[in-house]
Amino acid sequence: MGTQTPNGFKLDDSGKRIVVDPLTRVEGHLRVEVNLDSNNVIRNAVSSGTMWRGIETILRGRDPRDAWAFTGRICGVCTGTHALTSVRAVENALGITIPDNANSIRNIMQLCLQVHDHIVHFYHLHALDWVDMISALNADPKATSALAQSISSWPLSSPGYFKHLQIRLTKFMESGQLGPFRNGYWGHPAYKLPPEANLMAVAHYLEALDFQKDVVKIHAVYGGKNPHPNWLVGGVACAINVDGTGAVGAVNMERLNLVSSIIDRSIEFVEQVYLPDVVAISSFYKDWLYGGGLSGKSVMSYGDIPENANDYSAKSLKLPHGVILNGNLREVLPIDHGDPEQIQEFVGHSWYKYPDETRGLHPWDGVTEPNFQLGPKVKGTRTNIKELDEGGKYSWIKTPRWRGNAVEVGPLARCIVGYAQGKAEFKEPADQLLKTVDLPFAALFSTLGRTAARALECQWAAHQMRYFQHKLMAQIKAGDTATANVDRWKPESWPKQAKGYGFTEAPRGALAHWIKIKEAKIDNYQCVVPTTWNGSPRDPNGNIGAFEASLMDTPMADPEKPLEILRTIHSFDPCLACATHVMGPDGQELATVKVR
Amino acid sequence: MQILTPENTKRILVLGIGNILWADEGFGVRAVEQFHHHYAVPNNVTILDGGTQGLYLVNFLEEADCLIVFDAIDYGLAPGHLKLVRDDEVPKFTGAKKMSLHQTGFQEVLSAADLLGRCPRELALIGCQPLDLEDWGGPLTAPVRTQIAPAIELACKLLAHWGSPAKQRTVPLPERERLLANDIDHANYEARGRPI
Repeated sequence: MGTQTPNGFKLDDSGKRIVVDPLTRVEGHLRVEVNLDSNNVIRNAVSSGTMWRGIETILRGRDPRDAWAFTGRICGVCTGTHALTSVRAVENALGITIPDNANSIRNIMQLCLQVHDHIVHFYHLHALDWVDMISALNADPKATSALAQSISSWPLSSPGYFKHLQIRLTKFMESGQLGPFRNGYWGHPAYKLPPEANLMAVAHYLEALDFQKDVVKIHAVYGGKNPHPNWLVGGVACAINVDGTGAVGAVNMERLNLVSSIIDRSIEFVEQVYLPDVVAISSFYKDWLYGGGLSGKSVMSYGDIPENANDYSAKSLKLPHGVILNGNLREVLPIDHGDPEQIQEFVGHSWYKYPDETRGLHPWDGVTEPNFQLGPKVKGTRTNIKELDEGGKYSWIKTPRWRGNAVEVGPLARCIVGYAQGKAEFKEPADQLLKTVDLPFAALFSTLGRTAARALECQWAAHQMRYFQHKLMAQIKAGDTATANVDRWKPESWPKQAKGYGFTEAPRGALAHWIKIKEAKIDNYQCVVPTTWNGSPRDPNGNIGAFEASLMDTPMADPEKPLEILRTIHSFDPCLACATHVMGPDGQELATVKVR
Repeated sequence: MQILTPENTKRILVLGIGNILWADEGFGVRAVEQFHHHYAVPNNVTILDGGTQGLYLVNFLEEADCLIVFDAIDYGLAPGHLKLVRDDEVPKFTGAKKMSLHQTGFQEVLSAADLLGRCPRELALIGCQPLDLEDWGGPLTAPVRTQIAPAIELACKLLAHWGSPAKQRTVPLPERERLLANDIDHANYEARGRPI
């Protein structure tokens, strides 16, 4: 039995159901259920987040100047970007401006997070969806060396290097108690790389692990410490003292030079390792162009990285700003975060309660009242759901829509908006990459396209870091060392009531915070995070969200081993609440699969 | 200048991990916060609030010979049970089936350090079985909170054993040097939490 969604997908839930559920006792995870037809092609997709994120219950009554420290704790990966969004929201509400240097430093920190997160996401989460670790053991080190040298001038590419790595890897695999990577679907038919490409990718997995720790040093310099750098309403928390010899907290010439050298190495790593790897992997997966979902229809990017301090207009933002609807690349629509008719969150299929659930609420008026009700067709019990009923409420993720439209956010959305605007720095690299792997423009709208867009953006971001570092250095040389504006630091200088919003482009997509301030205390605070956009359930009109749309029509080689589902969901770099440091004795299996 | 003897040249990391916004998930961070509040350590010992940083902590591990980590653990024990896990007993593994990078457990951080050949030689996990991990914005529960002091005592014993004893502070720690600030320190976080 099929139904047509208003946003153009044909759903059919008559076939067998596959449930992919992370099995841990901690909340904060994603569950996916799909129905397959007789050819094992996905014909219905249901994504349910089990996170519960009512940050306003924690923030109400606190000092707005401290909100960044709380929101930074929501997530271990997006710490800095939540903090930045928060200080922007408070500044917007109170009319506080920041100095030019603070803008440059914030941009460098935000770009640094993009570079860091994209590299770690690709190598340490997503690569294993394309790369078969075990197959690497069968590679010929000489042939691997030839392959590596044919795609890049990166020096770590000798036969001896790969041979040594293979020995290390074998030893590691054999060390019984470690059992590394044992949770993979190794040998799955959906893996397409030859052993040599797998071995090369494993080498870069390790090199990336080593490299990523250098990148974050930038946060330690400008944020005073890492992890958990300091942020400040009105600017940045670091003072600049070029003549200083390393007084605690002050940034001197030596620190500035350290940042410059890390930026240079970042550009080198992205251009000589990350991008060539993505091109090489893509060339073996040219016939696996599933996973496009909403990307070919409706995408959104708030934009970020303002060229000019305090100017968050589309013209000033270097990451593109706008919405594309229904695949119409000729028109990019502007976004107003303060317009109550534009961004709204619905809860018709989410586990919350509104007075009228046919309507959405703008985040300034947002409420987060839990309401754990299950649909009549649910199988199992309230504490052990075997099969969700997507006809009822089925997710802790709210359902944000832009003027009623489900949109995809993230690197691919940003790339498409920039492309549609004809911006050369987004259009040319995308065209070039498609040409190199010999794929048409339409191939961009896929899981592979999302992965490639992230790599291209990483390169862009690394160069932008260099741009803003130069800008900062020039400003300092000209004698301007201001990094904070404290004119309106004191609550006595604030209006009795105020409201505002702040937005950024987190690595995984559009992020915004809305704040209401009353008598110098937080009265309401709402975060709409990228994974809320992408992972949202159906809205009251039946539109499916980006995760659900992306799984549609994908064939599965083996329903018991849902590699294809993980591959596509991972390509969004989903962010779920981070609370998973709880250790168990034998390492919990991180996902269970049930075929029903 | 201090002359270093072989014992105190060991680089030691005392780490607390977890999410403070999530009730007993915050045990590790609150334990290391309180340890830092009450004790001073020699220069070869680093005290770190790791939050939920996952893989991003690997470089701190690489620089340590000995590691003490405070964390909430799930060993199926009674809530509030404190357990010391040593060396090879500390779980290390990497999973590829997780849904997101945000699901990286500390076991993966250890595994990654190991894969790089630079895992601390001596590991001590001071874990506490949580009562409630699902109370978003909630405080530590009583059985877990009462284990902070015994957990710190265990850490002190290990540090003494490694030749780098912690000393109780005689001068109170100035506010600006506290590990967690901006109202997310334990006392303020819970004092101004939502009405219970």
